[in-house]
Amino acid sequence: MTEVAAIEWLIPLPVLLPFLGAAATMTLGRHPRLQRILSIIVLALGTVVAGALLVLADRNGITAIQVGGWPAPIGITLVSDRLSALMLVIAYVVLLAVMVYAVGQGIRDGDEHQPVSIFQPTYLVMAAGISNAFLAGDLFNLYVGFEVLLASSFVLLTLGASADRVHAGVTYVMVSMLSSLVFLAGIAFTYAATGTLNLAQLAVRLGGVPEGVRIAIFAVFLVAFGIKAAVFPLSSWLPDSYPTAPAPITAVFAGLLTKVGVYAIIRAHTLLFPGGALDDVLLVAGLATMLFGIFGAIAQTDTKRLFSFTLVSHIGYMIFGIGLSTELGLTGAIYYVAHHIVVQTTLFLVVGLIERQAGSASLRRLGSLAAASPVLAVLYLIPALNLGGIPPFSGFIGKVTLLEAGVQVGTPLAWVLVAGAVVTSLLTLYAVMRVWTKAFWRSRDDAPEGDMVAARPAVLLDDVGDVALAERRDVGRMPSLMVGSTAALVLVGIALTVVAGPLIGYTERAAGNLVDRSVYVGTVLGPEAAAELPEASGPAEHTGLSDASSSQPSTAGGPRSAPAGTEVGR
Amino acid sequence: MTVDIGLLVVVAVLVSCGVYLLMERSIVKMLLGLLLGGNGINLLLVLAGGGAGNAPIIGSDGRIYDTDADPLAQAMILTAIVISMGLAAFVLGLAYRAFTATNTDDDVEDDPEDTKVGLRSEDESPQRDRTADPVTGRITRAGDQFGPANASEEP
Repeated sequence: MTEVAAIEWLIPLPVLLPFLGAAATMTLGRHPRLQRILSIIVLALGTVVAGALLVLADRNGITAIQVGGWPAPIGITLVSDRLSALMLVIAYVVLLAVMVYAVGQGIRDGDEHQPVSIFQPTYLVMAAGISNAFLAGDLFNLYVGFEVLLASSFVLLTLGASADRVHAGVTYVMVSMLSSLVFLAGIAFTYAATGTLNLAQLAVRLGGVPEGVRIAIFAVFLVAFGIKAAVFPLSSWLPDSYPTAPAPITAVFAGLLTKVGVYAIIRAHTLLFPGGALDDVLLVAGLATMLFGIFGAIAQTDTKRLFSFTLVSHIGYMIFGIGLSTELGLTGAIYYVAHHIVVQTTLFLVVGLIERQAGSASLRRLGSLAAASPVLAVLYLIPALNLGGIPPFSGFIGKVTLLEAGVQVGTPLAWVLVAGAVVTSLLTLYAVMRVWTKAFWRSRDDAPEGDMVAARPAVLLDDVGDVALAERRDVGRMPSLMVGSTAALVLVGIALTVVAGPLIGYTERAAGNLVDRSVYVGTVLGPEAAAELPEASGPAEHTGLSDASSSQPSTAGGPRSAPAGTEVGR
Repeated sequence: MTVDIGLLVVVAVLVSCGVYLLMERSIVKMLLGLLLGGNGINLLLVLAGGGAGNAPIIGSDGRIYDTDADPLAQAMILTAIVISMGLAAFVLGLAYRAFTATNTDDDVEDDPEDTKVGLRSEDESPQRDRTADPVTGRITRAGDQFGPANASEEP
């Protein structure tokens, strides 16, 4: 019981800590050093909290709190289960490492001289938005979480406001806002059909909604989340927007923002719309995402763009796991999400180091990096092999789990996806190895434009106006904080392999939680509601709002809303 | 629930005008499109709350009236409006910045990198090395065979 109480104290902290930290760092705008220290402390605390949540959630299963004491269907519910706890831990580890990297870069580039430093506060707000999305127990709170992280990501992406960043920012902002509109429309449809937005109550009530309406609503959500997660037909915005941002920002976007969309798809698919109505669509989209993404990656000369395309491609693996609609598929998808967040972020950080070391990220200009900087070569090679799925690494374990799940399902479409996943894996290996042979292995003299970087790097800084490169004696040398944080993430990637056994066990339990919805509903709404939960296969009797809310203790003076929406679903 | 067909038509018109404007190249027009569409979706939320046009407040006697509008839906719209207003301000700033940075209009250009990839010749392929066959210009694997041992001879 005390552990449950501890979780209840811990659940809001991943959201609250960065918000308060953002406010504090904002007031410290004139003290860059304090600002940096504080933001790192906040993220480190968040990591500890998330780690505690992970351990406690694994022991106690799902825990829910009602914010402000309002009963569940009306108030805001925050839910921590195994999936969200795992996502929080990975997110915070990545956020912390990237923040250290960005601080290292900021110190080296001398960004104390900027008038107001808004990077740290915005970054912390984004952390809060991501945490909120992972913990949200109702659809509207999920929407707010999305908006918070999107708004701050807009600012981060256009930081510095050079012409190309504004250009990239416009695409990103418009597409993101459009996806939010689609999401909001989905919320309106859901509310009209069921009269509630609480995820647990929706799980109960959506069973009573006619199947056509339910599938239509699911499709609207899939489009909204698919844009955010960059699933194939909705992914073309990503390779245009991410590569222009500074390395740490691209890294954290690539690692985390798309995965929030994947998380939302997992949540909607398992909790709200079980039964796999749109699984074939998901599988085909997953296949297309894998293949088109990796073909795009092969065509690129710019490594940042190349890795943006591999990012799109590997989202397909997660969609594949979700679309299989089996527990093993979900296990693989969750493990793959965790693995991919770490590896993709690491690779973008390494690309940032390459740019700094060699003055370019273009494969036409790079060469001899393995000789110039063996440390960098190791830092690149490990996550690259990991991404390609070479056996000892976590990428291999995730892919094998997914393939196993696909074989287990055994339908023709599943077999096609298994084949597609293997082909994508090999092509990924080809893409990352080409970066290796071109950038690290061959002599720079052999690069078609090698002489352009053999001289001093032209532009390394985000804000070139601040420090003239001629005055910097250390062009091409890498700050220890940047290398250190990248190395730490590489180690986390290796650790995912070392603890793969327990981690797969954990993701299995998380998937079990997701498949058995009665635990979730029972925790949020009480056991009576869980008993009303319809079977995934057939529609069950629709429960009116009055029945469900009568099971809740009424709060004194609280408005008991009886919306006209009560009658809608009938 | 009865749905107000008039409001539903307004939603449809707003959203379709919004989508039409979104297809423009100008940032300000796209923003207007998003705002129109956003207002349409907000109206949709009002409709979802039921009892359109009625008061959302339950009187002090605490009785629940069938005709009341749902206050929850309206609270959500309020949040959505605040969010879209903040983002609209940001996009306006972005449009202004795009105008001053390029010193022309606020049009969104094609992605230059994408165009480049589409139009590039064999010579610009990512596989290309300087060790390509000097006579035929064909790509060879020679470049890949040079390792770090070779790099130290660099000038």
